[in-house]
Amino acid sequence: MRIVVDYDLCESNALCLTAAPEVFEVRDDDFLYVLQDEPSEELRAKVEEAVRRCPKQAIVIEG
Amino acid sequence: MSLDRIVIVGASLAGLRAAEELRARGHEGVITVVGDEPHRPYDRPPLSKQVLTGAKPPESTTLAVAAGSIDDLGLEWRLGESATGLDLADRSVLLGGGERLAFDGLVIATGATPRRLPGTDHLEGVHTLRSLDDSIAIRAALAAGPRRVVVVGAGFIGAEVAASTRSLGIEVSLIEALAVPLERSLGPEMGAVVADLHRDHGVDVHLGVGVVLIEGSDRVERIRLSDGSVLEVDLVVVGIGVSPNTEWLEGSGLTLDNGIVCDATCLAAPGVVAAGDVARWPNERFDEVMRVEHWDNAIEMGEHAARTLLGDATPYTPVPWFWSDQYDRKIQLAGLASPDDIVEVVSGRLEDRRFVAFYGRAGRIVGVLGMNQPAKVMRWRSLVETGASWSDALAVAAATD
Repeated sequence: MRIVVDYDLCESNALCLTAAPEVFEVRDDDFLYVLQDEPSEELRAKVEEAVRRCPKQAIVIEG
Repeated sequence: MSLDRIVIVGASLAGLRAAEELRARGHEGVITVVGDEPHRPYDRPPLSKQVLTGAKPPESTTLAVAAGSIDDLGLEWRLGESATGLDLADRSVLLGGGERLAFDGLVIATGATPRRLPGTDHLEGVHTLRSLDDSIAIRAALAAGPRRVVVVGAGFIGAEVAASTRSLGIEVSLIEALAVPLERSLGPEMGAVVADLHRDHGVDVHLGVGVVLIEGSDRVERIRLSDGSVLEVDLVVVGIGVSPNTEWLEGSGLTLDNGIVCDATCLAAPGVVAAGDVARWPNERFDEVMRVEHWDNAIEMGEHAARTLLGDATPYTPVPWFWSDQYDRKIQLAGLASPDDIVEVVSGRLEDRRFVAFYGRAGRIVGVLGMNQPAKVMRWRSLVETGASWSDALAVAAATD
């Protein structure tokens, strides 16, 4: 599983970090940081939740 | 109870997410989605922002699904058709053409309709904004180069339309009957910050003022306000709230009271669930009956209602969340806020328009409001989730700011 964020779409709404805090972080500079590009399979459900909750549909899972 | 045939009435965000969740939970039967618009489900937030300014084409709003293609969900679409009635005894939905759609399980997600100003239906140039077609029509009217746009109502839709219109360099007047914008949503102090934000961007803001008359022969020409002022105008956008779409359910046996009244699990009747703007339910987390018109609630409640339909009996107890983008500011609220709450700024300063404020009632924190502080809103949202006391919440904010 590989995570791709479209940073042109991302507006740092920070919903993803409540769904999958192991993977996403919005820092005080208001930018999103992906902490793990290829998280382990056990995080898939959380990452899928982050994909659904993103108001900009900016997160895509590949693989 | 066997659920071979599920009907979803409402082909927008809540209905689509309900369908996705049904499939994700292994429902293999027929799912029929009825929608009164001709479009596949689309995303509404850009309609008052990027679609209105032309930054994004209308077709970019088509909603994606987590599983990949929407066609993989195997849904039967009945688009451009209205549900006109519900027969609970016969377990069927009546369509406008007279057809009956039989169901074993029903999801109602029919959303809401914008209120209109009385006496304006015959006038061109007076718009409301809810649908993709509404947004396209306003976009075309803005592209025609109006001298002045009047936005009636400074709720979230009105405030965003004012900001989007202003960003195109068009003169805008914003009319609000209450003392500040967003007063019912955020209270007077935070509403004042939003009023200043609009004034600083050159919006002609009229607060505490009502619309007396909208005049024109075929097209709108001028607006008379309750303070005696008269505005010459080419285009009016009305954002004075919405009414839940429940007319088609009158007499069906469902309880209707400013929405479909559900139990704590989103169940409106046996085998019938409701979700999104149209549904009212007791949110046990806050011990409050609510109807929530937020984007995020359409997703969460759509998914929750789907699980309820499949037999899950978990109460739906979300911490509501929304955002609003106006100019270069992002307003976010996690939890609740009302004009009667205590409000305290816990990070940043109002005058910088980059801050976080807490809302409290009955000794505990109920809401976290941020302006351009998304990370902190999400960090401190957990205080609302855990029901932290007001003093503990303030202490945590001071320690982790």
